[in-house]
Amino acid sequence: MTKEIIYTLKSPYRENLDVTAFRFGKGEKAAAVVGALRGNEIQQMYVCSQLIRELKKLEEKGQISPDKEITVIPCVNYYSMNIGKRFWTMDNTDINRMFPGYDMGETTQRIADGVFSDLQGYEYGIQLASFYQPGNFLAHVKMMETGFTDKELMKLFGMEYGIVRNPRPYDTTTLNYNWQIWETKAFSVYASATDSIDVKSAETALEAILRFLYNTGIITKKVRSGYQTEIIPEANIAQIHSDAAGIFVSTAEIGGIVNENDIIGKITDPFDGETISLIRTNFSGIVYFEYNSPLINENTVCFKIIRE
Amino acid sequence: MIKTIAQAALAVNEKLKIRKNSIRNGSGKTRLSIVTGIHGDELEGQYLAYLIGSRIQENIEFLDGTVDIYPALNPLGIDSITRGIPLFDLDMNRVFPGSKEGTMPETIAAAIIDDLHGSDICIDVHSSNIFLKEIPQTRINVSTAETLIPYAKMLNVDFIWVHESATVLESTLAHTLNSMGTKTLVVEMGVGMRITKEYCFQLLDGVFNLMKNIGMWSGQTVSVREPIVSLNRSVGFVNSDAAGIFVPCAEFGDHVKKGQLIGQVLDPLTGKAAADIKAVCDGMIFTLREYPVVYGGSLLARILQADENGGEKFEK
Ligand SMILES: [Zn+2]
Repeated sequence: MTKEIIYTLKSPYRENLDVTAFRFGKGEKAAAVVGALRGNEIQQMYVCSQLIRELKKLEEKGQISPDKEITVIPCVNYYSMNIGKRFWTMDNTDINRMFPGYDMGETTQRIADGVFSDLQGYEYGIQLASFYQPGNFLAHVKMMETGFTDKELMKLFGMEYGIVRNPRPYDTTTLNYNWQIWETKAFSVYASATDSIDVKSAETALEAILRFLYNTGIITKKVRSGYQTEIIPEANIAQIHSDAAGIFVSTAEIGGIVNENDIIGKITDPFDGETISLIRTNFSGIVYFEYNSPLINENTVCFKIIRE
Repeated sequence: MIKTIAQAALAVNEKLKIRKNSIRNGSGKTRLSIVTGIHGDELEGQYLAYLIGSRIQENIEFLDGTVDIYPALNPLGIDSITRGIPLFDLDMNRVFPGSKEGTMPETIAAAIIDDLHGSDICIDVHSSNIFLKEIPQTRINVSTAETLIPYAKMLNVDFIWVHESATVLESTLAHTLNSMGTKTLVVEMGVGMRITKEYCFQLLDGVFNLMKNIGMWSGQTVSVREPIVSLNRSVGFVNSDAAGIFVPCAEFGDHVKKGQLIGQVLDPLTGKAAADIKAVCDGMIFTLREYPVVYGGSLLARILQADENGGEKFEK
């Protein structure tokens, strides 16, 4: 293993921000894994830390294939992490909306550029990603449909679900999208939690990444086989919105099966405690996302259901 | 007449409401919409909205048509000095056109578009951010330049910045409305979290001049300045390579020569200058950093290059 500072940013009042990459194996650029781009992506950094620990062992045992190099960047924006902020410390910009970056541009464009120039040329790119909305979700792998990456490759992770997303305008400045434009086959792995550590789903994500590395011949240590991944277009995921505002309680279970018209949550009046809305699912399927904050506004996505 | 054009219930005992003041007179069908406050930390438009509403109502007999004033498209942001929509960490100017079936920001965005659609002209007033001060200017996407420049020239701005298209900008209010055929002009002026009276009055004259030109105002107006029209490439960007506090020695609006010192980045701990900041080209400083603390990459100034790269080229 070698440890390399791939980008340094000077701060007027803090130690330098040193974005650090861990490299394993030598040879062709086989796979790059990126963890936290945002300050609240603790789980994403944690999964990377566990991956680094595992790859260290594999390298010592000679279980990384010859002529394959793996890079892991556990955390980019730890400046924000250290002050409990999600986006960039000063101007609140999102590094994952700055790709491919620009070395003469604004601070977060420069960080994105510094990271992205190190990440180019890899055959596979894996980002530990988080949802924009607060909530718990089913661990899964996702890719953006750009025509460049073969959807079937998602099956090599052996996760239960592989989601295909059609990029929207704001997706065009994310890491995943730009990786593909620069000809790296890119995937996002979602490991349930974001600002807290969920050990079980972290293990699921770690195992999926190792399985992918094994299935693509990058590591030689066998990983037990996983699920037969079901590939699902994002359009097949139904969103359930709150029709009232108040205190939200979910009665569903992530990954659980629900039938049309089942009650999966409720909203109560924050002052008198009366139930003001029973949240029912319009579809049968699997609970893929649940909102997890106690307060909910009207028209908030409170559940996402993978339709049968 | 005050109207609520969109609303949504918040968790505890409150509704988020987007409101407008619809002022009409005469039989004219022309409609002008003034919108501002998409970014909660930009306040120049608040004063401008007040000035427009107050002047029209005091001289209502000169109005023929409808002026709709939407001072706060992101009321929660303005209320809490938050640029985006609080809770969502979302730049509201990236959610348009929104969706009737979508999330709260999307449904609100869709209702706003619904209400604005059909205006003859819409003016979306921004004031940079808390970091940068801007000379009064209109920003126009190159694809809509031909249609919009004649109207932008009526607005009494100093500068019309024609910029390249970018996919990510397709989700702005202005792009959405322009692509639906509602002519929308984006104005940037001043600095975040402050009101620059001088600029607000400058724009106020521009708005009434535009109203006169489109036949909905018969009152007195003043003649407006001729703005410089620019293409993207005629703007020089000065970004900091050092970290520290930026102290300019050039003034906003100064004409500078390439290589001329415009300020320094200083290190308060060592008492040494971390960098001398020099102009990257000849021209006029139309953007200048207002917020002193800088990192590598922080934008310090934008310089509009001299005439040969200016408006003539675009107009041929
Ligand atoms: Zn703005």
